Amino acid sequence: MPYPVEQNEKFAAYAHPERLVSTEWLAAAIESGAVANGELVVVESDEDVLLYETGHIPGAVKIDWHTDLNDEVTRDYVDGAAFAELAASKGISRDSTVVIYGDKSNWWAAYALWVFTLFGHQDVRLLDGGRDKWIAEGRELTKEKPAPARGSYPEVERNDAPIRAFKEDVLAHLGKPLIDVRSPEEYTGQRTHMPAYPEEGALRGGHIPTAASIPWARAAAADGTYRSREELEALYLGEAGLAEGDDVVAYCRIGERSSHTWFALKYLLGFESVRNYDGSWTEWGNAVRVPIVKGAERGSFPVPAGV
Amino acid sequence: MTTQALPSALAAIVDDFQALTEPERLQLLLEFSEGLPELPDRLKDHPELLEQVVECQSPLFLTIETEKNDDGPAAAAVRLFFKAPAEAPTTRGFAGVLHEGLDGLTAGEILSVPDDMPELLGLTRAITPLRMRGMTAMLGRIKRKVAATSGVRA
Repeated sequence: MPYPVEQNEKFAAYAHPERLVSTEWLAAAIESGAVANGELVVVESDEDVLLYETGHIPGAVKIDWHTDLNDEVTRDYVDGAAFAELAASKGISRDSTVVIYGDKSNWWAAYALWVFTLFGHQDVRLLDGGRDKWIAEGRELTKEKPAPARGSYPEVERNDAPIRAFKEDVLAHLGKPLIDVRSPEEYTGQRTHMPAYPEEGALRGGHIPTAASIPWARAAAADGTYRSREELEALYLGEAGLAEGDDVVAYCRIGERSSHTWFALKYLLGFESVRNYDGSWTEWGNAVRVPIVKGAERGSFPVPAGV
Repeated sequence: MTTQALPSALAAIVDDFQALTEPERLQLLLEFSEGLPELPDRLKDHPELLEQVVECQSPLFLTIETEKNDDGPAAAAVRLFFKAPAEAPTTRGFAGVLHEGLDGLTAGEILSVPDDMPELLGLTRAITPLRMRGMTAMLGRIKRKVAATSGVRA
């Protein structure tokens, strides 16, 4: 059964307010026993694989983006069987309401939420502000690991197409809007890697032709929460030039920061067709004969000859 | 490669990790992160004296100092200093391992540590190769700084 949706003024302005919960709301839900009795499953997903162990929200289980969600061999996500096992082991059933939070303004939490969505999990929400806001407000943390009752999760085939773009999809998409969420230095190509650290980056620096540069963090306020609908519109409709109904692809280096932007475009601004290109710059910047643009200009497509 | 080639403190740490199961190894790394010493005040107030290791996913700064020694620089102890935020326990844990394993050794001893030593901790699967890269980079940076300061060749 879905757990009731939070109602507040900030969220109500978003296209899908049911996708966010506030720290106050979660604290009250924990207080009411909803996490302890399994009505609500809270998941922590961080960049740092040990951060959960240093203390987490009471009752929260941990899902690691790399060891739990990525396939160990192929550069891909886990399959339906592995996801079903993961979910069940964390006390998640197909109809569970899942609230995900994490470090760094929810980079990895948004990434985990995106992977849950690849499997069509219906009710998955983000804790607005994530781990840092919870801690900044002095809320309770514990090192005690919960032992949830096993959930019941069917093997669901992943449905990538609606929200995931592959390199070929991006090639076919060229000419339509792209959002590059990396830092300005990565966007211009000034920075591919540091001297003497060839492992750090891609063979080419720059961006995908016509991509608008909106670093992911600009969608977040100082406290890690998402900016208001009005502010997000100024950023993506104003600055990036997106128009209602646009088909959009977002990318970064490996698809984690762009999950944060994907969430904002899809659920807060309500774009129907938004895909995250998880191959991102570590694929595009190393791929043979794909067009790139260097410098601060977005560039055009088709790329003019001789450029 | 065997642990016999490593300085004794580092070899002991590697042995400790290898004796454990994978989840226990993560727990031990967490303990190392908690045990990483604070910077001394003279460095705390001078962040510019520390260098950032950019390969680490989280901010990690380090520097080295060579103590004076009457028997010459080759016998001098090299001291290691690290700074990493509490929100980055994995990075701090790696720094803690290198601190406990290498602090106070001579330049020659530090330079003799194989570059792929971090692989011996048996964390690659649990931590993932991407995250292990930060630790390898940290060791590499220490060795380059030691080589540059001491004139001893690796």
